[in-house]
Amino acid sequence: MSSPTLPPSESFKFSMLLSDTRYRGMSLQVITFIIFMAVFFWLVDNTIKNLALLDKDVSFNFLWLRAGYDINQRLIPYTSDSTHGMAALVGILNTLLVAFVGCIIATVLGLFVGILRLSKNWIVAKLMSAYIEGFRNVPVLLWIVMVFALLTEFTPAPRAFKGAEPEATMLFFESVAITNRGTYFPAPVLAEGAYWLLLCFGLSIVAVIYFIRYANKQKKDTGKSLPTFWISVAVIIFPTLILFFAMGQPVSLEYPYLKGFNFKDGIHLRNSFLALTLALAFYTSAFIAEIVRAGIMAVSKGQSEAAASLGLRPNKIMSLIILPQALRIIVPPLISNYLNLTKNSSLAIAVGYMDVRGTLGGITLNQTGRELESMLLLMGFYLAVSLLISSFINYFNRSFQIVVR
Amino acid sequence: MMTKIAFVRKKEIPPSAPPITEVGLIGWLRQNLFSSWLNSILTVLSVYFIVIILWDFIPWAYGGHWNTKSLRECLDLDPDVACFSVLTARWKQLLFGLYPAEEYWRPTLTFIFLLLAIVPILFPKFFRFFWFSIIYPGLAVWLLWGGSFWSISIVYIGLTLGALFFLTLIRRYLKNYMIAAILAFLFTAVFFLFISNPLVGLLNVILPISLPFVESLKMGGFTLSLIVGVTGIVASFPIGILLALGRQSNLPVIKMICVGFIEFIRGVPLITLLFVASVLLNYFLPPGTNFDIVLRVVIMVTLFSAAYMAEVIRGGLAGLPLGQHEASASLGLTYWQSQRLIIMPQALKISIPGIVNTFIGLFKDTTLVSIISLRDPVGLASTIRADQKWNGIYWELYVAIGLMFFIFCWGMSQYSQYLERKLKTDK
Repeated sequence: MSSPTLPPSESFKFSMLLSDTRYRGMSLQVITFIIFMAVFFWLVDNTIKNLALLDKDVSFNFLWLRAGYDINQRLIPYTSDSTHGMAALVGILNTLLVAFVGCIIATVLGLFVGILRLSKNWIVAKLMSAYIEGFRNVPVLLWIVMVFALLTEFTPAPRAFKGAEPEATMLFFESVAITNRGTYFPAPVLAEGAYWLLLCFGLSIVAVIYFIRYANKQKKDTGKSLPTFWISVAVIIFPTLILFFAMGQPVSLEYPYLKGFNFKDGIHLRNSFLALTLALAFYTSAFIAEIVRAGIMAVSKGQSEAAASLGLRPNKIMSLIILPQALRIIVPPLISNYLNLTKNSSLAIAVGYMDVRGTLGGITLNQTGRELESMLLLMGFYLAVSLLISSFINYFNRSFQIVVR
Repeated sequence: MMTKIAFVRKKEIPPSAPPITEVGLIGWLRQNLFSSWLNSILTVLSVYFIVIILWDFIPWAYGGHWNTKSLRECLDLDPDVACFSVLTARWKQLLFGLYPAEEYWRPTLTFIFLLLAIVPILFPKFFRFFWFSIIYPGLAVWLLWGGSFWSISIVYIGLTLGALFFLTLIRRYLKNYMIAAILAFLFTAVFFLFISNPLVGLLNVILPISLPFVESLKMGGFTLSLIVGVTGIVASFPIGILLALGRQSNLPVIKMICVGFIEFIRGVPLITLLFVASVLLNYFLPPGTNFDIVLRVVIMVTLFSAAYMAEVIRGGLAGLPLGQHEASASLGLTYWQSQRLIIMPQALKISIPGIVNTFIGLFKDTTLVSIISLRDPVGLASTIRADQKWNGIYWELYVAIGLMFFIFCWGMSQYSQYLERKLKTDK
């Protein structure tokens, strides 16, 4: 019996750094790192040289200087005397507003279209796929300018509402006016005691959450299901409603009315905001519809058949068997579409809506000449939003994905 | 006595026709459109909706004017129909931007060549002339921008020489691929640094072939969309694959760089990157450099979609069972061999829908260049509307532009479905 001969131990040679798999990975990394750092320092060095040539420094002090420009749509108090930092904040809030409203509309529309596309009704299914293909295959920028054109060109001017026999009338019992200068809604006016109402509303929502938990536990323990939906609706509506009348209607609506050549009071949504939000919502809803459809189709048919053979009714099959499984597949891409919507809202410039790119990355940048700093802050904002959302996706994936092994 | 049977049927009665409500047109209608009261309501609503849209659209589009001089003239003739005259008057601009009129044959030829170059790649079974697809990029650059023929072909000459050098080294002298690659790289670098310029000068003297130079800012319309879109698509695919592999790699430095790059690019909107390209890039380059705006945009768009591509391909890689990696390693394949022969073909097949979606997204995103005031179709639409003659025109232009984009994007998605069917191995 011969013992296996060991290979003679090689002495280290320089060429082994590239040819030996033990060292190759390391040397590759070192080379990459050196190249990366070299490029990085080259860029930084160029920037420093260029800034010196232009006699500029890097400083963020401009954020505390007077902005000197007006922003026509804002959520917080702002005048042209406010600072650039304030303007950026107004822009950030405007971006978030578009993103928030857009995501809600897109989700509702997307769910609706996605489910209808699975309909057995031939004409409805075809109509929905036309909707999806139409929105997905045309640039969102084009949709934004088209919706903007639709809102400004095909709606009546405020003065069309004037006179005894006006050419245009307000909708919904004289409360909503759609004009080429924007849409006017009634605004809620909070009188004294309104906060109690809000508190009551908040408390009922908390109560509903606890009630649903209780009902679920009850179902698990005893198998009996309570009429959760109707009780929840009742709990949310009635206490607040009773308090509302008991306290003498502390919240009233302030209707927009025509004064001179324009509407006064009420909530004024400008066409720029509406066009941007609606176009983004339509566009994103087409993607969401496809996600919803794919998610529902991914749940195998055996699941619904098995549920049916257990004797569950169709709506129970949907809510207890299909949706919980489909949601696992739907939610991560859904959220990344929300993220896309938020990033696409930077197209606001096409309709003149003042989002963060319009204030910080637009007028502030041009007025102060601080391109580098403004763009850094702007990118930082978007990065922060997107990292926040993607960490949420990761959290969702970790806690809700089926653990196979 | 036998009972006399008066009649025994020997043959089966022919089946009676199914009820008229179950077959044919009526049956189809009942099953597909009116199977329940809810479905009937939906059908009626849909038909109503379609009729309303077509009722307005068809007369508007069908009766449209094509030969008026201005929007005013259209409105005087008949204000309720489309004024497509704007397309008659400005279609050249929509297609070519400000490209000089006497040179229109160049972008046209480039587009025809694009079809010739792309068809063999899309349908490799039926066409086998790949050499043209390799020559095409250089040819397209030369045709579009013009200048000396040799200054473009020198790139091809240099790369070919470098490749030949590499192959000779491997075949004759060296075993180690990496050292050979480094040497070939150095050889090519020396060629481009020291030899190419005099050579181009020499060739220009011997055989001057050149086209009038057209600067980038003259490019516009769909030519620009296609330049940015096609270059971005072609370039972002390999970069995306490399980034995806880098992100999956077990070398921490490479992994970190790739993750950082991907997350950064995916975290910011394309517009901010385009602004960096148009405003900030001059800060990052040596003082006095000023390179072509279209090239900058192409680079940014490419990097942008490469990051998305990397994530799509990473999804495909993650979808492969681990056994595939292990099996290929146990066959003794090297990393690159197993990627090329085992992993990538399967991972790419899984990720076809995502890849094509990224391509479509990139092509649509080319419209964003209008925001840094390049003249793509959407940008041109506002330029045209700023003209007094066409001030106030919307739908005719938007419908035409939207239709062009729709044709391209829809075509891509149809091709991806064809490819998926073709590559499907499990029945």
